[in-house]
Amino acid sequence: MKLTDKIILRVEDLTVAFDTEAGKVRAIENVGFELEKGTFLGIVGESGCGKSVTALTIMRLLPQPAGVIEKGHILLDRTDLLELSVEKMQKVRGNQIAMIFQEPMTALNPVHKIGRQLSEVFQIHYPELNQNQVKKKSVALLQKVGIPEPEMRLADYPHQISGGMRQRVMIAMALAGQPEILIADEPTTALDVTIQAQILELLKTIQQETAMSVILITHDLAVIAETCDKVVVMYAGKIVETAPVIELFQNPKHPYTQGLLNSIPRLTTKPKTRLKIIEGMVPSLLNMPAGCCFHNRCPLAKPICQTTLPMPAHFSKNHMVKCHLYSGD
Amino acid sequence: MDQSEILLKVDHLKMHFPIYGGIFKHQIGKVYAVDDVSFSIEAGRTLGLVGESGCGKTTLGRSIIRLYEPTGGKVFFKGKNILEMSRKKLLKLRPDIQMIFQDPFESLNARHTIGDILAEPFIIHKHVSFLERSQKVKKLLSQVGLPKDALNRFPHEFSGGQRQRIGIARAIALKPKIIICDEPVSALDVSIQSQIINLLLELQQNMQLTCLFIAHDLAVVKHVSDHIAVMYLGKIVEYARAEALYQNPRHPYTQALINAIPVPDPCQARKKKILAGDVPSPANPPTGCSFHTRCERATAICKTKEPSLKIIDPDKDNLHQAACHYL
Repeated sequence: MKLTDKIILRVEDLTVAFDTEAGKVRAIENVGFELEKGTFLGIVGESGCGKSVTALTIMRLLPQPAGVIEKGHILLDRTDLLELSVEKMQKVRGNQIAMIFQEPMTALNPVHKIGRQLSEVFQIHYPELNQNQVKKKSVALLQKVGIPEPEMRLADYPHQISGGMRQRVMIAMALAGQPEILIADEPTTALDVTIQAQILELLKTIQQETAMSVILITHDLAVIAETCDKVVVMYAGKIVETAPVIELFQNPKHPYTQGLLNSIPRLTTKPKTRLKIIEGMVPSLLNMPAGCCFHNRCPLAKPICQTTLPMPAHFSKNHMVKCHLYSGD
Repeated sequence: MDQSEILLKVDHLKMHFPIYGGIFKHQIGKVYAVDDVSFSIEAGRTLGLVGESGCGKTTLGRSIIRLYEPTGGKVFFKGKNILEMSRKKLLKLRPDIQMIFQDPFESLNARHTIGDILAEPFIIHKHVSFLERSQKVKKLLSQVGLPKDALNRFPHEFSGGQRQRIGIARAIALKPKIIICDEPVSALDVSIQSQIINLLLELQQNMQLTCLFIAHDLAVVKHVSDHIAVMYLGKIVEYARAEALYQNPRHPYTQALINAIPVPDPCQARKKKILAGDVPSPANPPTGCSFHTRCERATAICKTKEPSLKIIDPDKDNLHQAACHYL
């Protein structure tokens, strides 16, 4: 199992379960995708579909001991991240894969100044630097992520700056170790639209400058359309469709993807008309239906959907769908 | 415009929250959450109120029904000033003005069953018999598309979308004239969002409801509204028919806001004009035009003189108003 030159990260057949009081719950099941070098990969889905769990598993940050990786591989270069020791994994985090989180207020430490939180990253990744060099590097980083008056901001506490600025600080911290992969978990969900546009633009610029690969996790298809090259659509812990972004939006194949795209009100939709909807709601992970997980909401469901898991059907090299409509059954 | 049609009229409404500080905890400043806002809604229409967080849209909604006591201005409902009413009179008015809240997790009492929650409006406002009450509650459930067995269950047993349906059922229980919807769909998933929007539109049509729809998502607001008011830092900066606002936004802030909305179409390559900077603090708003700190067109006059909301093209569109020195 080697990765080609183009692929930097490959997730294979990943299944993660949580032990809860109500029993074992599979948060993600048989999840697999590839991240190409220097591209934006989007993972989209509704709350509870397992997109954040996927990200946390890649970072090996699953809550312990509740989260159990039942099977699967996460290949980065030639190593399987799931087989690394805790110490070695610590080296990977920040240096090779970094992550930014949804809510920058809870991800930053409220009782430490921004300067101290940033320098901590440098102390861990570049222990040879002295204090002066660390400060210089911190200022340069803050400047790079577009924070005005960076020297002054180093002495601020997180609550003294706005949400957009906090997210910029988070991005700066993630960039400190010059990672090859950046995982952004709903980086703009807590922000206003005008600030969201700023942060997405910043992520795009940085990605182009550093040739980083980015995994962007979001529930917002419009954000995906604006930033990503390839998209993975998740539903109830499983991948239902993978496609290049233009193909996904122009030619969605899975009924769930089609339903999602149809249900968004757009600025061009005729006002006060009924929006198309997906009936029902996401099934509970504790009580997953047999067969295809979407069959009880699917307008095109057939008898086979209730009993058998659909196998992947390929439309082009990069367009994969798991649905009985296309598998020939 | 015929005066008799107007159901709700907000006139120079101000809501300034005091800031206390210092050794003796005296007032050291004010948060200008809502600053001199006027608008009116005709019966059966929907006014959409958009703006970013902290612009005062929620405060405005809450001030109208006196969940906060506004510090200035008037609110007329059917020609009567709500702000001058005694508590007793206000209580009589409450059935006519109802509210749907953003967070369906916090706005329902976790210790009451759905049956109790939905029966409460009838207990408080209408003296109906027990039997009639339970019939009405059952009818409400079917109106908002909830199963009958929901009656004896508790809020935590429901998903976010279903909880929002319960909130809507409670709001329509007494057949109100006007509903203030404060971000009713922003806490919900995409596939559920459209279900709730459809439900609201349907109810509005069936019950001839008037609506004040507060949200930050311009696409959602445009879909449900007849008119839209754009708020920035406690003030309305632009007001127009929904279609006109989207087709022909005039205020630089509205233009930037529309431009910043991501479009779910990867082929629509657009040159984005990204607005720099953050929203200033409403405790210390900039002098002059409150938008001048982020506006490209700002000149000396914007820093000193506050623009007023005025009709831009009286010949073409006598409704479209914006507050900018350069229009």
